[in-house]
Amino acid sequence: MSDLRGIIVSHAAVAQALVTAVGAITGVEDALTGVSNEGCGTAELGDRLRTAIGEGPAVVFVDLPGGSCFTSSMRYAKQHAEIAVVTGVNLAMLLDFVFHRNVSPAEAARRAVDAGAKAIRVTVGPTSPSAA
Amino acid sequence: MSLALYRIDDRLIHGQVVVGWGQPLHVSFIVLVDDEVSSSDWEQDLYRMGVPPQIEVIFASVDSAAQLFSTWEADQRVGILLVGDIDTAVAVASRIPQVKRFNVGGVHHRAGRKERLRFVYLTDDEAGKLRALAARGVDVTAQDVPTARPVPIGEFT
Repeated sequence: MSDLRGIIVSHAAVAQALVTAVGAITGVEDALTGVSNEGCGTAELGDRLRTAIGEGPAVVFVDLPGGSCFTSSMRYAKQHAEIAVVTGVNLAMLLDFVFHRNVSPAEAARRAVDAGAKAIRVTVGPTSPSAA
Repeated sequence: MSLALYRIDDRLIHGQVVVGWGQPLHVSFIVLVDDEVSSSDWEQDLYRMGVPPQIEVIFASVDSAAQLFSTWEADQRVGILLVGDIDTAVAVASRIPQVKRFNVGGVHHRAGRKERLRFVYLTDDEAGKLRALAARGVDVTAQDVPTARPVPIGEFT
């Protein structure tokens, strides 16, 4: 099974910033592509998405579970069986994803969601970091 | 209170509508008027997912909007009426004479359209349709978010 690609779809420059951050932290530069919805209607965002995904299976990481990034991604996934869509993208899930891409899109997506969720914590006051 | 905003936005339900306008207007329902979406359960599910549960989403065709408009106007809650393109806006305003204003919130780049504002691209035909709408007494302005200046139709068509 070849390595999956990850496409990040976001408002403004969030996607590209996440791609840059993952590259800076891991040195992996070829796993992710960022797509912005800036200046896009639904049709044009769909075109940008098609170009970014290209051929083959992929996981599409979207910023919010609603809105133009989400609806365009879902419409694309409806037409392509080898695409999984993850919402609520964060840096932690992408850092895990780039090292675990030799699986199916669904499996990679589930794993990324698990890693991303584990990174979300609340700390209030002078608490021990491990208690957060 | 009834309908507080009549918006043309080719992204239909998205962050600017739900959060940008929805929060300051205290919106409780969104009427999405679109013949295609109103005939597709899948599309309706998709748009509903972007809306918090306390906001009701009503899907309508242009025909059913004309029939149900008085119900929405009589609603005690605050609502937004949303269409995705100029032609639907023109159809809504023609069928429902009570519609006296439209906010152009997002019409984006496509072949044949020219940039009028950062968030408004129109063909000459579309610009003409908006001017005709304004000439019939509909107040047409462009404004993506509530904190921006409403741009009068003369400045972008």
